[in-house]
Amino acid sequence: MAEFEPKIVAFVCNWCTYAGADLTGTSRIKYSPNVRMIRLPCTGRIDFMLLLQAFGQGADGIVVSGCHPGDCHYTSGNFHARRRWMLFRRLLEFLGVDLRRVHFAWVSAAEGAKWAELVNQVVEDVRKLGPYREFPRRLAAADSRAEVA
Amino acid sequence: MSRIGVFICHCGENIGATVDTAAVAAASADLPGVVHSVDYKYMCSDPGQNLIKDAIREKKLSGVVVAACSPRMHEPTFRRACQEVGLNPYLCEMANLREHCSWVHEQGEATTEKAADLVRVMVEKVKRNRPLYPINVPITKTALVLGGGIAGIQAALDIAGAGHRVILVEREASIGGHMAQLSETFPTLDCSQCILTPRMVEVAQHPNITLYTYSELERVEGFIGNFRAVIRKKARSVDESACTGCGACIQKCPTKKIPSEFNADLGPRTAIYVPFPQAVPNKPVIDRDHCTYYRTGKCKVCEKFCPANAIRFDQEDLLVEVEVGAIVVTTGYQVAGAAEFGEYGYGEYPDVITGLQFERLASASGPTQGVIRRPSDGKVPETVVFIACAGSRDAARGRDYCSKICCMYTAKHAMLYRHKVHEGNAYVFYMDIRAGGKMYEEFVRRAIEQDRVRYVRGRVSRIFERDGKLVVKGTDTLLAGRPVEIQADLVVLATAMIPQPDAETFAQKLKISYDEDRFLSEAHPKLRPVEMNTAGIYVAGACQAPKDIPETVAQASGAAAKVSGLFSKDELSREPVVAVVNRCAPPDFSTCVGCFLCESACPYQAIEHEEIRARDGSAIKTVAKVNQGVCQGCGTCVALCRSKSIDLQGFTNEQVFSEIVIL
Amino acid sequence: MKLGLFPGCSLEGSSREYLESLTAIAPKLGLELTEVPDWNCCGATAAHSLNAKLALALPARNLALAERAGITDLLVPCSACYARLMATHEELDRDEERKREIADIIELPLQAGPKIVSILDVLSTDGVAGRVSRPFAHRVACYYGCYLTRPPKLSTLARTEDPREMDDLVRAAGAEPVAWAFKTECCGAGLSITRTDLVAELAGRVLDDAERRGAEAIVVACPMCHTNLDLRRDAIDAHRGRRSRLPVLYLTQLIGLALGLDERALGLHRHHVPVRFRPDPQPTVAQEI
Repeated sequence: MAEFEPKIVAFVCNWCTYAGADLTGTSRIKYSPNVRMIRLPCTGRIDFMLLLQAFGQGADGIVVSGCHPGDCHYTSGNFHARRRWMLFRRLLEFLGVDLRRVHFAWVSAAEGAKWAELVNQVVEDVRKLGPYREFPRRLAAADSRAEVA
Repeated sequence: MSRIGVFICHCGENIGATVDTAAVAAASADLPGVVHSVDYKYMCSDPGQNLIKDAIREKKLSGVVVAACSPRMHEPTFRRACQEVGLNPYLCEMANLREHCSWVHEQGEATTEKAADLVRVMVEKVKRNRPLYPINVPITKTALVLGGGIAGIQAALDIAGAGHRVILVEREASIGGHMAQLSETFPTLDCSQCILTPRMVEVAQHPNITLYTYSELERVEGFIGNFRAVIRKKARSVDESACTGCGACIQKCPTKKIPSEFNADLGPRTAIYVPFPQAVPNKPVIDRDHCTYYRTGKCKVCEKFCPANAIRFDQEDLLVEVEVGAIVVTTGYQVAGAAEFGEYGYGEYPDVITGLQFERLASASGPTQGVIRRPSDGKVPETVVFIACAGSRDAARGRDYCSKICCMYTAKHAMLYRHKVHEGNAYVFYMDIRAGGKMYEEFVRRAIEQDRVRYVRGRVSRIFERDGKLVVKGTDTLLAGRPVEIQADLVVLATAMIPQPDAETFAQKLKISYDEDRFLSEAHPKLRPVEMNTAGIYVAGACQAPKDIPETVAQASGAAAKVSGLFSKDELSREPVVAVVNRCAPPDFSTCVGCFLCESACPYQAIEHEEIRARDGSAIKTVAKVNQGVCQGCGTCVALCRSKSIDLQGFTNEQVFSEIVIL
Repeated sequence: MKLGLFPGCSLEGSSREYLESLTAIAPKLGLELTEVPDWNCCGATAAHSLNAKLALALPARNLALAERAGITDLLVPCSACYARLMATHEELDRDEERKREIADIIELPLQAGPKIVSILDVLSTDGVAGRVSRPFAHRVACYYGCYLTRPPKLSTLARTEDPREMDDLVRAAGAEPVAWAFKTECCGAGLSITRTDLVAELAGRVLDDAERRGAEAIVVACPMCHTNLDLRRDAIDAHRGRRSRLPVLYLTQLIGLALGLDERALGLHRHHVPVRFRPDPQPTVAQEI
């Protein structure tokens, strides 16, 4: 049987991490093709329901990445994201989500190599954890009672 | 039903060599809603763009996905192409097959599969795109310049020179700021007042400039192009239109011993005064805190002697409301006082002075007519010690920053002293000499080599008085590595440049940001140095960070150019990627519940309150409303909204969720 | 006021007159002192430059003992002990983990610890002025040294470079404090054993300035300052090549004299430089810095 290929969804801001990933491209640094990026203006825009939705859709791992603290294009969006993330972690924990599958990172527009490293690392980590079927299964079970998102 | 066109670019070999573009095009053709799917060598070329335009026309496309390079590269190109054939440009999206796929992955199935996924996601998004239109905001072509130092003067003259109206507000009784107090300027040693005062006069006489001195900003509201500001014109107690500036009142005023702010407390002034002889306007004000009449109810000598009957004891503050399109903040700085320095005597030795005080001693218009006399007994000092970095670069004092100008003005001070007192000894204690700038290093070398100023690299630990001398204890860390003790007659501290004492409340009034040292924060430290984060507000001079006159003037002209650019159009056109609060049918009108979490999260103060009223005018509820002229489109409010009532155009919940669902 | 007392080694040895004078004036000023039971070294000697944990553990044990004895305010007259206890209190306050580690070492529980007060914190000008029976009408130089003023963030004095609290207290006792420049200069205590030649130079400068400003005595609140200025006077004299008989008093001794207490009870006889004053001090013009 072929090796398990994890499906990683990355939520990134337009100004730092998306541009950083562009730089990875222009620098021709290779990394694992398992990642799909969702481009948003700012990490502050990331409604964490999006993360749940992604897990529900069968994502095995998630990356959230934006500008370094203090570098936000919109002054403070990444701080809001970070603060919200602290709360959301607990909620995820409560929901029984495997927190090892969610990675929060800062990747700037100048950190092309860091982006490649980050993706490779997450892919490897998640590969070891195996497919994430539990959450969608539980979600499907709960579907009759309530609708997520 | 959507009619989406998909255009896969090979980018020559860049995408084509790694991704099977034909397979991606074929797979995309089968996606629901896609009616057209092709691949081509160079989509951004003219023939490539024509492919898109023709397809839009022929297939009546309702949306376009170009799968090529990064949208940060060519999104404007393809959106323009769509617009040219009548498709709303915001119905065009790009899938990034190059930077995010072909360049970073090896050739193979997985890469092609990823490319197909990226297209699929964008198709799903573009199906939910709505036509968007640039936001137009009218512009009031008047600029408000806050602060009448050299920065404000330069900005006002440049904007006025470009043909726009300017309102210049100055807190003190005259414009001129700190530059008017300086003796000579480095590195040319030209007289500061001689180069400044003609510009001050120009401001007063310029038909496009309205000058409010002895006035302060009371409050401001509105947004770029459309600010409303209220200016408090403080009571001068003098009718400016009647006053001829003859100065009889000043000569007769019996209260003569008030420390003069202009002379940095080294000379006296009267209670009715103009700050300095070349003041603009040359109309006095009464300092009500010191005036005998206001204190005791008796005196009125000035009124008696005024030949123009211009004294108005009952004058009150006047609030003036103005409408402006842009604001330039040029509020300047202060210098830290000697009282901050316990080790140098807490400001209790009269002969330990600040650099600004030395400027007044060296100035021909100063209290000593330019003769260097020490404040305690008026003697010409035989030995002067200059201490650089007094309070700057000093973490213990909570000030890590370099005040930038002190190395230069200390060299200038030592030089001026040596020019005026040929037998005198000048010592400079310094940490480093930072003389970056045109002719700056040469200037410092001249002070050391030609004027024989003795530079001692080291800090001064203590100054104390003994037998009529100031004993300066320090170290020489460069050669000797030993303690040094110098018996000085005068000590000049190059005290730190600090923000105005009310910098914080002022910034809050304007809703602009400031850093931990209370200097105002520009929008981007490199690429947007004269803009504030709040659109329509610009900054110049030392209120943003310590800087010298040439830099200040350059920044002021930069800010003026930005304002002139803004005023070159009648309307302001902005990208429509902004947040909107939904509206729906009665009885709800909007799902917004008016919690205003969005208001506290918004970094731009773009959230306003709006009352929804019934037909009879009665209030139904208050909901949030986004000021589209101010919103920058970060979407933080969207993620925070509890009732999902606010959404970001171009990145709506519907669009983003659909991207995930299709993954 | 009820206070705990941490005397420290100096006050039981070379500076016992400091403790004697303190215990003599305390009841007159309404201070009730209870010694910390089983106290140990404050660590001001070699500990704090040799072993970081020991430097914390020694003072921490004293704090824990004081806490266990129900002491809420702890008077530490020796300024070296005071500095060590303050620094320890501050560091353990800041770092909970460190505090647990130290509590483990000393095998005693340690909560918030008592509030540490110096002799300048505890004496009030009103309290002194109200009980003066024989005003101490002499010009004195108040010498604060380093431990009461450094580091500035730990010091409770308002102006660490030119403190005034002791000046206010001696003024309340009838004395006239001189304005001088060496209030917080180094007496050389750090080199007290190893480089007595430097002690002579540094303490000599302090003495010089006090004499130059017309002081009739130097007033101190630190055993180290006292030792260097008093006990090492012969070395200073030899170094400077002239003899100085300027007496050095503890603040508590000066106040004791003003309160009319017996010289012997205040331990004046223990000084190396005899404590003698002109009966009628010449009026001099005060110099203001």
